[in-house]
Order: sequence, then C-alpha cells, then structure tokens
Amino acid sequence: MAEKEEKEKKPKVPRQKMPEQEPKVRAKNFDEVPFGYTPELAQLESSRCLQCKKPKCIEGCPVEIDIPAFVKLISEGDFAGSARKLKERNSLPAVCGRVCPQEDQCEKVCIVGKKDQPVAVGRLERFAADWERTKGEITIPEKAKPTGKKVAVVGSGPAGLTVAGDLILKGHEVTIFEALHKTGGVLIYGIPEFRLPKAIVQAEVNYLEKLGVKVECNCVIGRIDTVDELLKEYDAVFLGLGAGLPQFLNVPGENFCGIYSANEYLTRSNLMKAYMFPKYDTPIARGKNVAVFGAGNVAMDSARTALRLGADTVRIIYRRSRDEMPARIEEVHHAEEEGVQFYLLTAPTKFLGNDNGWVTGVECLRMELGEPDDSGRRRPVPIKGSEFQLECDMGVVAIGAGPNPLLPTQTQGLELNKRGYIVADLETGKTTKLGVWAGGDIVTGSATVILAMGAGRKAANSMHEYLVNK
Amino acid sequence: MHKITYKREMAEKTVCHFKVEAPRIARKAKPGQFVVLKVNETGERIPLTMGGTDPATGLIDLIFQVVGKSTALLRTLNVGDSIQDIIGPLGKPTHVENLGTVICVGGGTGVAVMYPITKAYKEAGNNVIAIIGSRTKDLLILEDEMKAASHDLRVTTDDGTYGVHGFVTDVLRKILDERKDVKLIVGIGPVPMMKFLCKLTKEYGVKTMVSLNPIMVDATGMCGACRVTVGGKTKFCCVDGPEFDGHEVDYDELVKRQRAYLTEEKVSMEKFTTVGR
Repeated sequence: MAEKEEKEKKPKVPRQKMPEQEPKVRAKNFDEVPFGYTPELAQLESSRCLQCKKPKCIEGCPVEIDIPAFVKLISEGDFAGSARKLKERNSLPAVCGRVCPQEDQCEKVCIVGKKDQPVAVGRLERFAADWERTKGEITIPEKAKPTGKKVAVVGSGPAGLTVAGDLILKGHEVTIFEALHKTGGVLIYGIPEFRLPKAIVQAEVNYLEKLGVKVECNCVIGRIDTVDELLKEYDAVFLGLGAGLPQFLNVPGENFCGIYSANEYLTRSNLMKAYMFPKYDTPIARGKNVAVFGAGNVAMDSARTALRLGADTVRIIYRRSRDEMPARIEEVHHAEEEGVQFYLLTAPTKFLGNDNGWVTGVECLRMELGEPDDSGRRRPVPIKGSEFQLECDMGVVAIGAGPNPLLPTQTQGLELNKRGYIVADLETGKTTKLGVWAGGDIVTGSATVILAMGAGRKAANSMHEYLVNK
Repeated sequence: MHKITYKREMAEKTVCHFKVEAPRIARKAKPGQFVVLKVNETGERIPLTMGGTDPATGLIDLIFQVVGKSTALLRTLNVGDSIQDIIGPLGKPTHVENLGTVICVGGGTGVAVMYPITKAYKEAGNNVIAIIGSRTKDLLILEDEMKAASHDLRVTTDDGTYGVHGFVTDVLRKILDERKDVKLIVGIGPVPMMKFLCKLTKEYGVKTMVSLNPIMVDATGMCGACRVTVGGKTKFCCVDGPEFDGHEVDYDELVKRQRAYLTEEKVSMEKFTTVGR
C-alpha cells in the first residue's frame, strides 16, 4: 500500500543546481563561475513554484517583482515573455539574478522553502534575462509623452540606472553624469568579471541609451559642476553617489606598498582590467601570499581575485567568527572551494615591511567573542598576549566604505548625518534641498544592489510626482 | 574624445606641450588643479597638471615629461589626434592671497605646475620671486613664461650649462639670507628637490607649500592609491591635496610609494618599444 501511495504523488523535483566551472579551473581564470541554467533546467526548476495565491516572495523583493508570474512564463516556455515581466519591475534583471542576496529576500520567504529548499528565484531571473539578451529581441517598452522636464542623475550605479530607466519611460529627459570613464558604478569597478561579466552591465546601460537616456562620463559633479549649477539647467537632480570612500584599518605600516584598499585593488582589476596587464596598461601587484582583511562580499571578491592573479596563499583575516561574516553564504562557499583560507577571530595590529617600503607581514591578535555590541553581533575582544605574525607580500583592506565627501560637503542646503551620509526620506528619497533626491549607499551606507535599486524606484516615483506638478 | 590642436616638443624630446580641447574643464579649472587622462581603451589613468587653461578657446595646456609607457604613448599623438578620456578639474585649487613676498620654486617639469600658480600669486598682488631649475639647459622649460609671471626670475642648472651652476635650493638659501620678508615659499618638482627645499625653509621658519604627485587611479577619493602621510596623518592627495604643508610631508614614504610598480613599468615600456603599443 505504502508503495502505491508513493507512486501516486507528484515526483518531487529537487532544487536545480546551476552548472559551474570546477573550483580548480576557475580559480585560475576570470570567466564567470556559474554557466547558468539550460532551458530544460530552468523549466524544471520553475515547475517547483506553487503559484501561491498570496505569494510571500513578492513582498520579499525590494522592487516587488511579480515572481510567480515570471516563473510561470518560464515553465510555459515563454522565456521572452518572462523577461518582459521581469523588466516591468526591474530594469537590471541580469545583474540582480547574479548579485542579489536572494537567500535573505524572495527565497527566504518562499513557501516551498518551508519544507524543502526554496524555488531558485535568482537563478531563474538570471536565466530569463540572459535568454533575452543573447537570444531574444530586446523589446523597447512604450514611452510616455514627452513632459519637457529635464532630470540630472549623478552616478551610474544601480540606484542611478534605476532612476534613469524609470523617468525616461515616464517621458522626462534624463542625463546621467558619471565620474569614471565607464558607466555602472560599483557594478563596473567593484564586482569582478567572474561574478558579474562587464558585458552584461554594458548591455543594461546600452538598453537605457536606446530608451533615450543621455550618458556623460568623466564628469565629477562637485568639481566640474556643482549641484546648484545642475539645478539651473535641470528640473530635478538625483544623487546616487554610492559609498565610495575606502575605510582603512588605521594600524601602523598601512601605507607600505602592496597594501590596497579593496576599492583600489578591485578598481585596478575590474575597471582598468589590470588582470590583463600588460595588454592593458594599469599594473597590479600579483602577491603570492595575500592577506585580505574583512569578511564581506567585497573581501571575498578581493580574495578570489588574488587567487586568479596567481597567489599561492590567500587568507581572509576577520576579527569576528564565521557566524558574523557579512558575506553571502554562496560567496564564502565559492571562496572556500577555490582555496581561500579563513583566519577568524583574528585582528591585525600592525604591518611589517622591508627597506623598499613593501609589506612583508602582518602582526595579528587573537580575539574572543564578548557581549553583543550595537550591531547585535557579539563584540570581538582581544586575547592578551596572543600576538602572532603572518607573512604576506600583499594586503587588501576590505572592511567597508564610507560616503565620499567630495559632492555632499560642497552642496549648500543638503543635510548630512553625523557619518557624512545624505539625509533623505526613505520612502521618497527627498533630501533637505529642494529639487534634489538621493538614494542607495550614499543614504544608507554600503548595502546591496537591489536595495539601491529599490531606493531608486521610490525616488523616481517621487520625482515624477514633483515634475508633473512643477 | 579630446582633440589635440597644438603640439610642441619642449625639451630634447622628453618634455611635451599639448593644447587639447576640453571646454568644460577650461571653463572651471583653477591654478593648482589637475586632470586625469586615459589615452585609449587599454590605457591607464594618469594624473597630469594643467600648465594653463583658456575658457575662450576651450583649450587646456598639458605639459608632461616622458617617464614611462603612458607618457611615451601620449607623446606619439599628433595634432588632430584625440585623447579618449580627460577628467577634471581635480584636486583643491591653490589658496592664493596677497601675502607680500612669495617665492615660487619649480624644478624639472614641476615648472609647468608652478607656472599658473606663480601667475596667480602675481595677479593677487604679491611680490613674486621665481626660481626655476633643471638638470641641464636643454631640459629647462617655460623660462619666458615664468619671467612674465614673476617680478624676479632666477634660473639654475645642475651642470652649469645655463644660469646659476647649482640647485634651486642654493639660490633659495641666498635669498632667504638676504631678505627676511618672505611670507611663503611654494616648491614643486621632483620629490628629492621638495624634500631638501623643505628642510632648508624649515631652518628659516618660512611656511612652504608643495604639490605632490603620487600614483593615482580614480583621483576622486575612491581608491586611496595616492595616500600620503602629512603631519602623521594619512591624506588622499587627490582630494585633500595636491598641495600640502611641505614641512609636514613624509617624503621618504612618498618616494617608495611612487616606485611601487617599477617592475611593471619596465615590462610596459619594453612592450611599447618593441611592439609599439
């Protein structure tokens, strides 16, 4: 009898894995790690969705993608339709499918996930977006009638791109000002090729340009033009500046050569393509014995970049324990598979160097966890007399970033909080300066791509309301 | 893209002067500020100081010494060619005020950086004494311009082929011995020159500003490649500078950090001389 019952049940489809490069192979190249779903795998995975009447996943998404709908279209084989459905709410699905922390958002609340592993929403999103980009015709949605209003978007990261994409469709003229020579912000300078191929970011920006968005690179607003000057020419300004100021450890010897901020290390490799030196002119240190400080996604990106640039040993040095590591589980997992070592409950106290000023090692202290601190995480406390030294010929400091003061401090009437971030209404993105909105990391501090996009979406709605009533 | 409208080899094929179309920068730039440029798609971002700007024509003056692959590549460009990316103006402008007597000291290609600053001090009503120097006569640049931009110009060459035989610091010491009314010294040139100049002016207790040129990448305060130690604190030269109190700068650290990529620079240069790109 029991056997018969089993047979009558719908065969349970397990969560489908994405095929990916072998760890040993991929640790030596900069190609993307996962290959993505095949159409068969995508359809199989999409069949796991229960099509809940009251889907929790939509609430779990900062831009409220209609997840059951796009998943259903995949299961029906309408991949182009699925991509269109995604783009109704998310202008950067190929990016979000790769770098969103789905495990903390849509997949966390997925009903299937209560008893089984959740539906792989991120992988499906990636599949549909990739299918459209590589196989399908990219459809340009209909734009609203021109309003005659002009908008300046400062910064071309996820927040800025979202604002630009939303407002151009609503009929406004949009110009993006980017300080660097390439658009994409952190997507271009921060996230490595093996996690987010740059061609994808470029395609997303090209799409916006097709919609009519103007892009001006090499414009450092705050130096070339001020926000007040922009306001003379534009009806509204959005500041999506990101959190671009690198934090350092502030321990002795930190200015030895070979010690990079993660921003510098990743910018050299990603934006400047130093990993292809000397084909590209920008050099980068190829440390054999690398210490990376911090345990967030940026630290994992730095550690994995160092491996790919030929390091024999790469150590993540982190003052708290595994449970407190801010990186996504998947990133930690990928780093471990590739051979990155973890020195947890370890804090650097000073760097050692040679006569040429190059780093040769780092002195560390062992830590133990004490009482919880303001962040709710247990505070690391140094163990007296536990100093020890580690050799390293390169170091990357990846302990977070702050707000770059260049523009905010030069803009009169723009209120900043005591840490230097722009004060903006979290529901509307409105700043204290009339006609100026802000969103993303420059308001919240370092967060995720999708949260920046969510902030961009809210700001765009508020800006639109302001512009049509102006 | 920024078209080159004028090119002149200034000193024995090692120092080059371009006029380049960059109207927005020309309109905004102030003395002491710099630009970052990237010659082509595969190029690196290098900081260069502007020797001058003309808002009317929209042109900026770039004066550079060939020191590595990127500047060698830049020198191969001709009138009509374009530089892919120019970003600027960057850095804080020179704080210019009427102080009385100011001495502007420029060494090597540092003279190019010094020129607009000297002009600005004169225009602000200061009595400006300028000292410029180079290794040898053929490497001396902007003599006429510096003469016009100052009230009194002194010239030195290390080998005595022109002007006073000796270093700019030798002449500076003499002036400081003679007159006690010097309110400010601005020194721009190779790091060893600035280091010894500051050692000297500290003896005389005269405030001295220097303009530093560490390695930079983004030059907007994002990467920290250009960190320098000033008064025991780490500063980002690109946004906190490029000018700092010369008596507070850790020059030894600066020199070491400037030499961080010597090996790679050689590889790049060899490739350039053999393959041509």
